Amino acid sequence: MGQAEVPARDGGEVVFAARGVTKVYTMGEVEIHALRGVDLDLYAGELSVMLGASGSGKSTLLNILGGLDSASGGEVRYGGQNLVRATDRALTTFRRHHVGFVFQFYNLISSLTARENVAIVTEISRDPMSPEEALALVGLEGRMDHFPSQLSGGEQQRVAIARAIAKRPAVLMCDEPTGALDSRTGVRVLEALEHANRELGTTTVVITHNVVIGEMADRVIHLSDGRVASIDLNDTRKSPSELHW
Amino acid sequence: MRTLHRKLLRDMVSLRGQVTAIAVVIAAGVMTLVMAVTTLDAISLSKDRFYTDYRFARVFVDLKRAPEGLVERVRDIAGVNQVQTRVQAPVRLEVPGYEDPVRGQLLSIPDGSQPDVNRLHVREGALPESGRSDQVVISEPFAQAHGLRAGDQLRAIINGRLQTLTISGVVLSPEFVYQIGPADLLPDYERFGVLWMNRRALAAAFDMDGAFNNLVLTLQAGAAAGPVIEALDQLLAPYGGVGAHDRDEQMSHRFLSDELDQLRVMAVVLPVIFLGVAAFLLNILMARIINTQRQQVAVLKAFGYGNRDISFHYGLLTGLIVLIGSVAGVGLGAWAADALAVIYMEYFRFPEASFRVQPRVVVLGIVVAGAAAGLGTFRAVRRAVALPPAEAMRPPAPEVFHQGWLERSRLGRLLDQPGRIIVRNLARHRFKAVSSVLGIAMSAALLLVGASQFRAIDELIDTQYRLVQKMDITVHFTDPAPARAAAELWSQPGVQYVETYRNVPVRLASGRRNYRTAIQGMDAAPRLRGLIDEGHRDLTLPPEGLVLTDYLAAHLGVRPGDSISVEIMEGSRRTLTVEVAATVSEPLGVSAYMERHALNRMLREGPTISGAWMLTDEGTQDQLFDRLWEVPRVAGIGMVSESARQIRDYIQDTVLVMMGVLLVLAGTITFAVVYNNARIAFSERARELATLRVLGFRRGEIAWILIGEIALLTLLAIPLGWLIGTVLALWLNLAMSTDLYRIPFVITHQTYAFSTLGVVAAASLSMLLIARRLHRLDLLSALKTVE
Repeated sequence: MGQAEVPARDGGEVVFAARGVTKVYTMGEVEIHALRGVDLDLYAGELSVMLGASGSGKSTLLNILGGLDSASGGEVRYGGQNLVRATDRALTTFRRHHVGFVFQFYNLISSLTARENVAIVTEISRDPMSPEEALALVGLEGRMDHFPSQLSGGEQQRVAIARAIAKRPAVLMCDEPTGALDSRTGVRVLEALEHANRELGTTTVVITHNVVIGEMADRVIHLSDGRVASIDLNDTRKSPSELHW
Repeated sequence: MRTLHRKLLRDMVSLRGQVTAIAVVIAAGVMTLVMAVTTLDAISLSKDRFYTDYRFARVFVDLKRAPEGLVERVRDIAGVNQVQTRVQAPVRLEVPGYEDPVRGQLLSIPDGSQPDVNRLHVREGALPESGRSDQVVISEPFAQAHGLRAGDQLRAIINGRLQTLTISGVVLSPEFVYQIGPADLLPDYERFGVLWMNRRALAAAFDMDGAFNNLVLTLQAGAAAGPVIEALDQLLAPYGGVGAHDRDEQMSHRFLSDELDQLRVMAVVLPVIFLGVAAFLLNILMARIINTQRQQVAVLKAFGYGNRDISFHYGLLTGLIVLIGSVAGVGLGAWAADALAVIYMEYFRFPEASFRVQPRVVVLGIVVAGAAAGLGTFRAVRRAVALPPAEAMRPPAPEVFHQGWLERSRLGRLLDQPGRIIVRNLARHRFKAVSSVLGIAMSAALLLVGASQFRAIDELIDTQYRLVQKMDITVHFTDPAPARAAAELWSQPGVQYVETYRNVPVRLASGRRNYRTAIQGMDAAPRLRGLIDEGHRDLTLPPEGLVLTDYLAAHLGVRPGDSISVEIMEGSRRTLTVEVAATVSEPLGVSAYMERHALNRMLREGPTISGAWMLTDEGTQDQLFDRLWEVPRVAGIGMVSESARQIRDYIQDTVLVMMGVLLVLAGTITFAVVYNNARIAFSERARELATLRVLGFRRGEIAWILIGEIALLTLLAIPLGWLIGTVLALWLNLAMSTDLYRIPFVITHQTYAFSTLGVVAAASLSMLLIARRLHRLDLLSALKTVE
């Protein structure tokens, strides 16, 4: 289902191809079907927004695409690799070199400065940009030696974005990146994401339940009840500064 | 509140590793307390009961010979209660089927009946029948050592006449709770026994009809021993009295008191150390548990739970841990006390010993553990209660960090990011880091103390028997003999070398302090008897003046150059003033030494000796013993190798069993402390570590952040542990010094290595367990939860 409706961007190279992905959790004696067969392609360089209510399966899907979790069935192809069958070690390597993550609660290491929070990733990457360069991309060149406790929430999230893009990942996964922020600060964070997507051409997936954010995307993927319900293609991406919520 | 109780139980289950670790430490503290106090109680209760029920004497005196009629004048001395005159004599025994020489002490009892003082507890058989001169009762340990029963026979050489004696019974006496031969340090039940015989028979054998040579008495309630002793000394001086003395100088009583003193030290020192560590651990744990539950506390308060409810909730958590630990500790302590009882009853013989744990001790254990835990929890609970409820509503504020001096230094720039995380976490949580370091250091210290005791015993035996007592055999004579008597010994089979000594009982006094011992007169530089200083260097006796064991000098409060008064308790009984010339450092016994000729001069006698030390050929020793026994003036023969074995056994049985227990407990505590630290650090860092895993860090890489922290803390703790341990060992050492022995203070690099190894092993095991947890780290939940 839904495959026929998947519109593609012209000439886009498929980075991720998910087919029939299912995920079943066992919580005590109850089985929870978080994903009930998802088919989805992600294209190189696009910015897609995944919308859905709580429990729609969007975080589960993101976790599987990002190599944080394994699917119960189906396949997820990245390059020549099927992530569903990958070992823990292979998934770690995959995350290390190909995926950048941005989380709702930033998850910065509180004992490291902004620069060092980025450096901790660049130190283990193959071809990273310098932490300074990454922080400049998110507009934090002036706050590089501040600790998380000395930064506002928006600034912390931008450090997290810098940390995610510094390794030049193939895909940037953002789970509710503005969820903990007010709208003005949220816009600045989205600007940073958009800037990174445009400058670096990194395939970017943003999960949110905020419909407005969909307007800055190339494609909006709607999830509900563990399936892709529909995909909307935006002709023009709005700039984050034009968004209000 | 019922739900809060349920939360408490669930918290305990989820924290079971840490709860167990702390309970174990508390159990260890309570166990040492219960073990030491129970043993102490049992021995002192048994002692008190035995002393009272069997009318143990308060004042003792030996004399040459006094007419029985004198007893009325003794009774007239103010404060005297019951008086018992006795005849006593050394005796040589032959036990059927036993080769070695056996010495005995014969004591008289009124014909066929119990004495008024120092009554006997009959274990088996009966007292000698009235009028029988061939019946004796013998002391129980001696009977057991040879398997002798009522009805068996043994042969005794009484005043030169060989006589066959029938054992009518086996007894215990309050006078010989610790049954030890004259001039011995330790019991030798095979080679020394005490026998009691009808007065008339014994008096006849020693030509003491109508006379006595030993007197014991009890005092009226409230009467002081001092004036009685003075009056007694005056009365008995013409009859060759060698000075009456109080119980304090009675051998059995003195050893028993020493042992009780030592147990008292252990009953305080060990529980203090263990419960101190437990309080400390509880403090850290409770602070951290409450810290991780800040949100819960805030939510509970937001719902309307009061400060008192929350204090009670966490207080209950502590209480439950204490209860678990205490119950385990009381059980283990009772078990250990029981095991220890068997050992103590081998050395101290009572008619009955009740090694039952008294309810008082159980209560004491729980109260002490509870107090320690309460002290540890108080701060943490107060902090929890002070938490404003709004806390739960706020998003987590990142902790405040600063760059420290370390990172600005050249060294700091070399650190990678994980290295920085470690350093900054420690610098940020200085109190936590310091307390972790202290906790680990305490356990390293305990390991050090335990291990050092084992090394020290080896050192003690080695010093005493390699540097001090270099002879194979000690012979002592019945009476002082002319120096030429040595020739008799030289001619015996297998004798390679003979060196003579003079030994005279004295009372040394300085100011109000005095001590009964003996002066050994010997060659200025004896070959068979070393005199050593603290550095184990050989000393030579000065031509004049007294040389004291340093422990004795400290007891009397004198130093070389000071003068002390010497009361001679033999023959002429004079009191002189003698200068202390030097001190020697010996691990065993308390003696005074003098050049033999100087001593002879002081005693106004010609060259006189009391006995000799010999080097012998081991192959002909049996033959030598047979021949020596035939020399009439030989009263006793001592084998040095035998006494070395005995002292080793004794110390191993008593002190080392305790120290062994301590070592096992220290090992457990080390693990508990390190594991607790690691486990809590893991909970605190779980979110950051999961984040790093998500960012692509391998397990080994994130493990390093945690393990590096534990390793760094452990590394810092080890030298501190050495320091604390050294101080503790020194303290314990001083506290455990007795007249019988001073365990030397020995800490070698092996001791340090042992303590280090113990801590490193515990740390490694903890890290292994933590690494298993890291393996199961849930990446997703860490990202979702706020903190």
